[in-house]
Amino acid sequence: MSQPDRTPTENADVCVVGAGPAGAIVADRLASAGHEVIVLEAGPRFDPDEREERMETHLRPGDDTPIWGMGGPRDAYTSGGERLYPLNAARVKGVGGSTLHWQGMVMRMHEQDFRVDSELGVAEDWPVDYDDLRPYYAAAEEALAVAGASDNPFAPPREEPHPMPAFPPSYSDSLFAEACEELGIATHSVPNARNSEPTDEASACVGYGTCRPVCPSGAKYDATRHVDSAQEGGARVVDEVPVQRLEHDDSGEKVTAAVYVTPEGKEYRQEADEFVLAAGGVETPRLLLLSESEQYPDGLANGSGAVGRYFMDHLFAGVGGRLDERTRQKHVGFNTTESHQFYDREDDSRGAIKLEFLNYAGPAPADIAMGADSFGDDLLAEIREGYGNHVAMGALVEQFPRAENRITLDRSRTDDHGNPVPEVIWSLDDRTRRTIERANEIQRAVLEELGADIEWVVGPDATGPAYHHMGTTRMGTDPDASVVDADLRTHDLANLSIAGSSVFVTGGAMNPTLTIAALALKAADAIDARL
Amino acid sequence: MRLTRRDALAALSAVGAGGVAGCSAPSAARDDETTTASDANPPELGEDELETLVALAAVLYPSEVENAAEFVEAYVRPRVRDRPEHGRGMVAAIETLDEYAENLEGERYAALDAAAREELLAYMAVDTADPDPDGDDDERVRYYLVNDLLFGLYASPTGASLAGLENPPGYPGGTASYQKGPE
Ligand SMILES: Cc1cc2nc3c(=O)[nH]c(=O)nc-3n(C[C@H](O)[C@H](O)[C@H](O)COP(=O)(O)OP(=O)(O)OC[C@H]3O[C@@H](n4cnc5c(N)ncnc54)[C@H](O)[C@@H]3O)c2cc1C
Ligand code: SF4
Repeated sequence: MSQPDRTPTENADVCVVGAGPAGAIVADRLASAGHEVIVLEAGPRFDPDEREERMETHLRPGDDTPIWGMGGPRDAYTSGGERLYPLNAARVKGVGGSTLHWQGMVMRMHEQDFRVDSELGVAEDWPVDYDDLRPYYAAAEEALAVAGASDNPFAPPREEPHPMPAFPPSYSDSLFAEACEELGIATHSVPNARNSEPTDEASACVGYGTCRPVCPSGAKYDATRHVDSAQEGGARVVDEVPVQRLEHDDSGEKVTAAVYVTPEGKEYRQEADEFVLAAGGVETPRLLLLSESEQYPDGLANGSGAVGRYFMDHLFAGVGGRLDERTRQKHVGFNTTESHQFYDREDDSRGAIKLEFLNYAGPAPADIAMGADSFGDDLLAEIREGYGNHVAMGALVEQFPRAENRITLDRSRTDDHGNPVPEVIWSLDDRTRRTIERANEIQRAVLEELGADIEWVVGPDATGPAYHHMGTTRMGTDPDASVVDADLRTHDLANLSIAGSSVFVTGGAMNPTLTIAALALKAADAIDARL
Repeated sequence: MRLTRRDALAALSAVGAGGVAGCSAPSAARDDETTTASDANPPELGEDELETLVALAAVLYPSEVENAAEFVEAYVRPRVRDRPEHGRGMVAAIETLDEYAENLEGERYAALDAAAREELLAYMAVDTADPDPDGDDDERVRYYLVNDLLFGLYASPTGASLAGLENPPGYPGGTASYQKGPE
């Protein structure tokens, strides 16, 4: 079989590293503006026809094949710090990036998120505010075909309705809504990057219920949509070419090439006028650190020393239990109701909290069957006992940036190309723990109001990350304290931009990808203006 | 309760073989019936093998299921054909189960009575085994046979409906059911 052409593009205007949503959206915009764009992606192009088989692998115990191929020497990493960080569960390498696996909840951050220093005296303000991003948010919702409604009393102001109608609430949402009303908690719809109606690109959601980690129908947005569109606009997207390092000119002011390796082990240099690093919140800082040179011994674009630092994620908090009535879980794999009532912070004592009401609490019948010791009628009795009356609430909880939480290079270990692996150093501070406890308190109150027997609580000790890698190349106006400016261009190198949540100054508690998309569009505008 | 052809198709769609019931996936054009290198030697599911599976289903499935034999056949045949590697694992696991039956009871699995079939599974420790496609005998029988048949049933709308879930994970049952209350 002939190999695809993986040689460099001559006379490229733009070289994008990474084909997740951040890279794909930038590539799509710049290609449609008429620029010569090449995207270099470390992972493979997955065959859409294999999605159903991936779904079975996910649904059935016993086959440990990673759904999206993560793991092994290519993806080796070290988890340092107080908290284990399961990095390879938290990302996908391939055309489409981590959106192949994601859940697809997409909300705008709040006005307060951009100015927590001014308002609360914690962390730093962003160099942009909500009003600056507002048109980009609208464009991002269009780009991700977001299904949503304007029924959220806590959401920041918006002019336009979402491009698609929201998914209606679930039956269990109606049980929660009643309990919440008793407690004075307002509930509302969830914006989803998931087709509630068919479009030219994809069918409407057909209810497979396996959105995370794989949507066989393609109704859930993933970045292959923007990759396809970029290619139609003339961009080249080359897979299986991990970029090893970026090179710069003698003056140290410009990036000259991205050096990458093909599956056959050939090394090439891709030159371009502009470079966009969009390799995710861990690999982006790692690549900058790996690009150290005589002139930049601490890594590229790292004059501030902030590259890799201020690593943040959102924390999960949850409470679950059972009712003595049917709750109709597991029909779909996404949520339809949330409450952002406890999102904005009154003072500096806690971070933001986003409350979720789950539509997929407890096991499905097949889960129980495949793990059971009994068969026949006894098994059916066990399944009837185990499925049907679960309820659960989740929450995302904010963690403020701290310099000691960071991505660095573990020089004692190397990946399949001999590069030091990333080390994730991650811990929780007391304020984050308190915020998780506060989320649990609200969740308990709601479940008690519902009359549930509470069976599990995920609190500050059992909590884990939501797989949102933020903060590691933070935005700011001061080159001594931040890595990129408000146009997402690095302070140190005039033709290097960064797209992705690594530029977030603080993380709020909203899932990050709508903001990633908005910032990617903003970066694309700035690059287009320079070209 | 009768399992329909739709259930077998649904179960197949859930496990990635055959057509995609009720789901259009424009990006996933299915016009090329890809033949992989291993297809040169497709596994055979003969009448005997099928009988063994039906006998096993009689133990696994609840008595409410009336037409397990038809369902098993409609579910398993295309599965073995379309996923040869998985099919080979199934055929090998059927052989293993029959060998145990022959060695212990002097008869093929399908020839045993209901009690003996269940006892044999317990003897092999299939009931408590962790499913593993590359594991020991009990683990392979659990993975390829027991869990295949259980998944086929309980990931289908009729099977999962026995527990009140008409749109189980893996089945593209639309977006109306999640909004409805219990009957
Ligand atoms: C289980 C899960 C659920 C999630 N749910 C949600 C959700 O509901 N809502 C939400 O907003 N977000 C969610 N996310 C997060 C979301 O997936 C990410 O925010 C988003 O994908 C980040 O986009 P990105 O383009 O910056 O990075 P990625 O999507 O991670 O893409 C980066 C790409 O860069 C490539 N790359 C890395 N290094 C190199 C290199 N050296 N050379 C070339 N290419 C390279 C990678 O292979 C990858 O394809 C979820 C994530 C996970 C894992
Ligand atoms: S429920 Fe999820 S997996 Fe199923 S079609 Fe809808 S988006 Fe895709």
